[in-house]
Amino acid sequence: MTINPQLPIHFSRTHRLQWEEAQQKFVILYPEGMVELNQSSAEILKCCDGERTLADIVTELEQKFATSGLHPDISAFLEVALNNGWIQQ
Amino acid sequence: MAGYNNNQIKPTPPRWLLAELTYSCPLQCPYCSNPLDYASYKTELSTDDWKRVLTQARKMGAVQLGFSGGEPLTRQDLPELVRHARELGYYSNLITSGYGMTEEKIVQLKEAGLDHIQVSIQASTQELNDHIAGTASFEHKKQVAHLVKKHGYPMVLCVVIHRENIHQMPEILAMAEELGADYLELANTQYYGWAHINRDLLLPTQEQFEKAEAIAQAYKEKVAGKMKIYYVVPDFYEDRPKACMNGWGTTFLTIAPDGVALPCHSARELPGLECPNVNDYSIEEIWYESKTFNFFRGFDWMKEPCRSCDEKEKDFGGCRCQAYLLTGDMYNTDPVCSKSPEHGVIGQAIESARVAALAADEKPLVFRNSKNSRGMD
Ligand code: SF4
Ligand code: SF4
Repeated sequence: MTINPQLPIHFSRTHRLQWEEAQQKFVILYPEGMVELNQSSAEILKCCDGERTLADIVTELEQKFATSGLHPDISAFLEVALNNGWIQQ
Repeated sequence: MAGYNNNQIKPTPPRWLLAELTYSCPLQCPYCSNPLDYASYKTELSTDDWKRVLTQARKMGAVQLGFSGGEPLTRQDLPELVRHARELGYYSNLITSGYGMTEEKIVQLKEAGLDHIQVSIQASTQELNDHIAGTASFEHKKQVAHLVKKHGYPMVLCVVIHRENIHQMPEILAMAEELGADYLELANTQYYGWAHINRDLLLPTQEQFEKAEAIAQAYKEKVAGKMKIYYVVPDFYEDRPKACMNGWGTTFLTIAPDGVALPCHSARELPGLECPNVNDYSIEEIWYESKTFNFFRGFDWMKEPCRSCDEKEKDFGGCRCQAYLLTGDMYNTDPVCSKSPEHGVIGQAIESARVAALAADEKPLVFRNSKNSRGMD
């Protein structure tokens, strides 16, 4: 599965993205399992709101962190997320 | 309480809380992991006790919560506990046989904040399912699975695999796909509790294992992206033990119906652990300071060959309950390990099960029910 650049991306309805105070990090929760996220992965997933496309997310994060050239990294991570069922289109 | 000693690093906090709400269950699975003498533990924690336990464990960092039993649906306060768990930020999993579940309950639990329902099915046919469960339940379980999906929960189907149903592997996989399971857990029986006394009748042969595993692995690829298959390996046919509970007292905390805190749900069978009760201590005291939770932490307790083995950080010497049940000494290397001097007991168990399978006069399964349990005291 690959990301379709035309379509908006939403976070999975059967997973939960949550800040964990005790671990000081974001985690993804799903049936009997948990994935701990680093900061950049969490930032990307927080943008998956069902309205933004890949290009929108890249623009958003490049502005937020005053940088450029994030496209390859974001696109690669979203593909991993898609294949893990964390996001859908 | 003993306390971890100060030159050790502080243990990691619990991440997983298993709340065994009750030992009562209308089913009678002969591989049930509840203790053999469960009928002698009659008291159950109150609603307030459970809420306190949930609050304390969450504060320490527990995030995954399993409501199990017995059959957790027999507790009338389940929706209230689910609501409390949701408010605290747990991801709550209901581990149920489906018995006693109605559409109304499914909706009520969803509103209370339940995240996921795991339904267990014993086989792919009504006849075998109802035989193993000891109760007519097959059609109802399938309905429950449909309703779980219908109301937007991720649906996990769990099938415990053993000699009586292992030949149904292709049908079990097809049934899970047809029911729309998001996850299928194929859990090869772990031989503790009731499964231990029924082992001669439940343990499949190596050929059966290999055939079933190959079928399941091939199916995994077929349904990739649609249904996730978790295949819990049968460690009797491995040459290294599993890293039981991810290491003693590192991740998992089980609370039994009467409030006894356990590092794994079978630990009650181990002698001399003096497992603490949540009525007497806070979860924090239990986790960090109790003798029980410190008993097999780290590596100092190990005997040879584990003590000097370079794999000990990988598997922690295997399962303490298995070492105890099969070698009589809970400090021994898990006999599943081919380095264990007592590894031969595994071969004997396999052979004994094979002989029993071929014998014409197979003895009957011992079903998990109160009458049989009272006979085990
Ligand atoms: S394994 Fe079977 S008998 Fe044991 S608690 Fe679960 S459903 Fe009940
Ligand atoms: S000897 Fe002990 S530590 Fe080494 S592999 Fe076997 S069980 Fe693991």
